[in-house]
Amino acid sequence: MATEHSRSAARLMMAPAVFLLLVWMLVPLTMTLYFSLKRYLPLRGGDLGWVGLDNYVRFVTSSSFWPSVQTTLIIVGGVLLITVVLGVFLALLLDQPMWGQGIVRILVIAPFFVMPTVSALVWKNMLMDPVNGLFAHLWKFFGLAPVEWLSQAPIFSIVLIVSWQWLPFATLILLTAMQSLDSEQLEAAEMDGASPFARFGHIVLPHLGQAITIVILIQTIFLLSIFAEIFVTTQGSFGTRTLTYLIFQRVLESQNVGLGSAGGVYAIILANIVALFLMRIVGKNLDA
Amino acid sequence: MARAVTNQRKTVNTVVAWAIGLLIFFPVLWTVLTSFKTEAEAIADPPLFFFFNWTLENYSVVQERSDYMRYLWNSVVIAGCSTLVGIVVAIPAAWSMAFVPSRRTKDVLLWMLSTKMLPAVGVLYPIYLIFIELGLLDTRVGLVIVMMLINLPIIVWMLYTYFREIPGEILEAARMDGAPLRNEIVYVLTPMAVPGIASTVLLNFILAWNEAFWTLNLTAAKAGPLTAFIASYSSPEGLFYAKLSAASTMAIAPILILGWFSQKQLVRGLTFGAVK
Amino acid sequence: MGRIVLDKVEKNFGEVTVIPPLDLEIEDGEFVVFVGPSGCGKSTLLRLIAGLEDVTGGAIRIDGEDATAVPPAKRGLAMVFQSYALYPHMTVRKNISFPLRMAKLDKAEQDRRVEQAAAVLNLTEYLDRRPGQLSGGQRQRVAIGRAIVREPGAFLFDEPLSNLDAALRVGMRLEISELHERLKTTMIYVTHDQVEAMTMADKIVVLQAGRIEQVGSPLELYRAPRNRFVAGFIGSPKMNFLEGPEAAKRDAQTIGVRPEHIAPSPSEGMWKGRIGVSEHLGSDTFFHVHMEGYANPITVRSGGEVAMHHGDTIYLTPDAERIYRFDDKGLRIV
Repeated sequence: MATEHSRSAARLMMAPAVFLLLVWMLVPLTMTLYFSLKRYLPLRGGDLGWVGLDNYVRFVTSSSFWPSVQTTLIIVGGVLLITVVLGVFLALLLDQPMWGQGIVRILVIAPFFVMPTVSALVWKNMLMDPVNGLFAHLWKFFGLAPVEWLSQAPIFSIVLIVSWQWLPFATLILLTAMQSLDSEQLEAAEMDGASPFARFGHIVLPHLGQAITIVILIQTIFLLSIFAEIFVTTQGSFGTRTLTYLIFQRVLESQNVGLGSAGGVYAIILANIVALFLMRIVGKNLDA
Repeated sequence: MARAVTNQRKTVNTVVAWAIGLLIFFPVLWTVLTSFKTEAEAIADPPLFFFFNWTLENYSVVQERSDYMRYLWNSVVIAGCSTLVGIVVAIPAAWSMAFVPSRRTKDVLLWMLSTKMLPAVGVLYPIYLIFIELGLLDTRVGLVIVMMLINLPIIVWMLYTYFREIPGEILEAARMDGAPLRNEIVYVLTPMAVPGIASTVLLNFILAWNEAFWTLNLTAAKAGPLTAFIASYSSPEGLFYAKLSAASTMAIAPILILGWFSQKQLVRGLTFGAVK
Repeated sequence: MGRIVLDKVEKNFGEVTVIPPLDLEIEDGEFVVFVGPSGCGKSTLLRLIAGLEDVTGGAIRIDGEDATAVPPAKRGLAMVFQSYALYPHMTVRKNISFPLRMAKLDKAEQDRRVEQAAAVLNLTEYLDRRPGQLSGGQRQRVAIGRAIVREPGAFLFDEPLSNLDAALRVGMRLEISELHERLKTTMIYVTHDQVEAMTMADKIVVLQAGRIEQVGSPLELYRAPRNRFVAGFIGSPKMNFLEGPEAAKRDAQTIGVRPEHIAPSPSEGMWKGRIGVSEHLGSDTFFHVHMEGYANPITVRSGGEVAMHHGDTIYLTPDAERIYRFDDKGLRIV
């Protein structure tokens, strides 16, 4: 619905953004694909020629691949489970009338604004440190032996830290969705004799359905690439090496660029599978 | 109609919610408190909550020893410039998509979103290599470019959803009134969209401020922002709790304050308009 | 200055034809109303004239010059939008002076024209307010003021009254008519409300599915509709249409007779029926009469106070001179 003049103006004005993102996507992607087909060791001889799909095979058959996939899945799944369940609970709670609602909301949301390196460092040292950490003091107070969190329960610890960071996100989105629920619907259900549990199961939860899906998809995409939390806490040791961290180590630490790039391609494919579902929902919303 | 609620129930809600809220907020609170202690008090057993000798010493030590201001300035420049450049690039694009939609608009929007989904680690080495070739490694310019690009899809999306709420008739009226495209955007659209643009700036500033993959991998001492500054404390020689806390507090304080203003925008920005 | 000629103007959106080739002449100083049901293409036609949409084919001439490819701002036309499209961040004064600022008129002239328009439209005391602080009628006036100051060759109105409540609408209708009397500038006015069309227009253009069904003065359309669509669209309440034996008797597919051209009687008449719903308006009474063999009730106008009620038998006599006959294509048989 416009004139040819405004349509050509529109194309022109979209061009810079589209061009920048196109370059940003295509150039590195092509390079990653290129390196993934080569044996490329910058510190040990550089470009050693084409190896076909060798890197792809070696990446998945290396002994660290499957453990890293497993670690990734446990971390992502654990964080999702914790944040969604607690997020729904918190959204329900914060939607209730109370004194100081605004302040409570701020308290709950705060962790999201803490930069990942800070939260990792604070948890690692001030809370989880087996000698001076607050948890150690607490454990000793109850007469228990302090836990060496990051070596004895490394994955649990990381799940805990990351969940703390992402719980506000889930809560905030679910709370927003909750507030768009027509309260008359709940009142009608109450008049119809539905118990609080029935109201939650038949009205609230279905209403939150789409928001929960979105929380899961967006968090999955971000969680698949968590980095700073592991970089600061365990550096990938004690079985906390996720796929992202493994690729990082291959590329920058052991400088095996070919192998790392093949891993990168796997990561890209994995993220795109999740993204596809997300985009379908977002796209549907766009039509409405 | 608000439902009538007994005071008793409201009290229970309040107590439970405050307890949970404080529990979630506790790590932040503890960090801030510790930053005012001496190192000995910081690791005291049993822990000291409020009754200790409040001191600002840690803050001055952190500033002296690690040049906090330089990292802070890097953070401000990187987050600020990347957001501003992003806005300037995104406003015309969002205008096009919101007011002159074509059959491809939806595809372009979704494609932009998909670039945001690209896992950073997948393109780490190419970017690293390009940065070395162009001399951008450990420079603020380099990080501004990368931050701008990774946040551009979110900026375009947010502006797009805000612009769509502005009736197209007003822009047509401006066109009828003789405003050329530039004036239409500068005098009519932009002032009307100020709240939306401000929210977009705020959220993207926060995202850029907290970004901790590229900032850690592409900077060293020179252009490192606060994320890198804090990461440097993870090495054992930096383990002084009170100083670590002071540094952390300084790194997160500005953004915590900004963040509280942007709760609503956060939802819109991070769900790409799918939850309002 | 404002003679507008549409020459085989045509508009398609992709595959969909919104307006098939269409010719129309609008004389300088005329008040022309485009009327038709929603989706008939009347707003699109206005936007084509404004230049907010490109024509797919044909030409638009303004004062004899080809304006088909001229951008909207350069056509010398002003438009009042349905939503008023006021700039919410500007004061009334800035809103009204916006086109003058865009045209880079000198400040004194800008002020003079704004003051003048404000005086005409009773807006003087609101000049420093923002649109958000005004009532619907006042906003409407600001939108008109913004159009007046440009001293355009023609005004384009796109359903300008549809967002006002009923009482205000009647008032604004009169104001716009008065404005036309005073300025004598061409006005093109789009509405779906045939009452607005009848009361305001010098010339009505009835549109359906992008086609012009008929062009003429309000009374011409009322007296001599070209086809069944126009006959049914113009006039309130709507014309009654009858098919079957009554139509066949008069050599037509359908016959039409307006509610005001039927004489009701409790005792004798041409057609016999039973009163269904009756609407008492005080000045008039409308009976919906059910007749044997006809699915739809017939609407009949009667005087204000009549002693006939729901369920009564009623006799109807149409005015023989005012029975319209239509053929199987819906065209009126003359």
